Amino acid sequence: MTDLDVQKELKRLTRRGFLTAAVAAGAGYAGWKWLRTRPRVEGAEWPLRRMLEANETLARAYFSPDRLSPRFEREDITRARINGRLGLQSPLDLDAWRLHIHGAALTLDDLRQFPRRTMITELRCIEGWSTIVEWSGVALADVMARFGPPQLPRYLSMETPDRGYYVGLDIESALHPQTLLAFEMNGAPLPMLHGAPLRLAIPVKYGIKNIKRIGTIRYTDVRPADFWGERGYDWYAGH
Amino acid sequence: MSRLEKKHPLAIRWFHWINFPLLAVMIWSGILIYWAWPAYAPVKLEQTTWRALHVNNRLAEGMALHFFFMWLFGVNGVLYVLYVLISGEWRKAKTKFNRMQRLAYLAIVLMGAGSLLSGLAIYKPVQFSWLAWLMGGYQGARFVHFWLTVGYVAFFLVHVAQVVRAGWNNFRAMIIGVEVVND
Repeated sequence: MTDLDVQKELKRLTRRGFLTAAVAAGAGYAGWKWLRTRPRVEGAEWPLRRMLEANETLARAYFSPDRLSPRFEREDITRARINGRLGLQSPLDLDAWRLHIHGAALTLDDLRQFPRRTMITELRCIEGWSTIVEWSGVALADVMARFGPPQLPRYLSMETPDRGYYVGLDIESALHPQTLLAFEMNGAPLPMLHGAPLRLAIPVKYGIKNIKRIGTIRYTDVRPADFWGERGYDWYAGH
Repeated sequence: MSRLEKKHPLAIRWFHWINFPLLAVMIWSGILIYWAWPAYAPVKLEQTTWRALHVNNRLAEGMALHFFFMWLFGVNGVLYVLYVLISGEWRKAKTKFNRMQRLAYLAIVLMGAGSLLSGLAIYKPVQFSWLAWLMGGYQGARFVHFWLTVGYVAFFLVHVAQVVRAGWNNFRAMIIGVEVVND
């Protein structure tokens, strides 16, 4: 090849290469614009929402009740953090409080009849921080076995007495051995801002699912509403 | 006499240029997630950055993007590594790059693997608690994930400077595949 031929060939390859690059870049940009302008489903562009749901399907297929959240020692406990007062703003008469579940209205003493469970686990907030907390209470699975339909549905919904905050749970996560209805935190009764008299401690989920001041637990086959799930977050939010 | 010499195979060029915007989106959405709780920055910097970049209160958006593009980023990266290994392209690295470059390019691939693994440990810290444990726990995995990203940015700056210094012929080869060689 002479230098002239080389120059010609180079010109051809350059034109072709840069044209392809321009088309690819344009397609990529158009794809991004398309994605970000899709109608939103519960706060997320629908393709993103679909992907969150596909990820959830995969996570639920892999989920095992035998995999536990790491357990810690007493000396690992960190300063508790108050983050979120949703559902806690209305006044609450602790004596009149009941847990409504499957037609029953239970007092804290009713719940204390179940085997007591204590665990020291990490509470991981969806914002990124985490704390080590000791929870004492009863296993949600134990309560569900007594106050629940013989054939469990696919989901569970929990809400505060004023419905200011509510979460939806898949049944596997609700039945996980580390999912507790907790009435004590770090060796003392739950403080009001940590969800007195009863809250959920569920280390297989982000903090947002660890609902405080539970008023009602409902069984449902229809995917229940979830406060943050309706605001752009992953409904599953599972670990 | 000048001639054209094949430098980068088509597949590698595609992997490289697809990775560029994917990594950019992963870093950007990662920033949206990070600024929900900026663990590694002083408060003053936190507030200035919020205002300048408008990254506050965008955690949900950042997570939804991150958990969408992670698949594209991961698949592209895995295909790249498989291609380089199966095609035997890795053997040519000795002729194409100097020692420092080989080290840097190997490091960036390992960092990519580190990002996927530490990301998985943060994403599913109970199902993959062993992975989080290897990195010193949940917060350890976050630490690894974050500083690897800072590493990418540092790599990017050096990489671009090197490309600028090497000149047009070298850059063009990453797009058209061939380089002009003067004998």
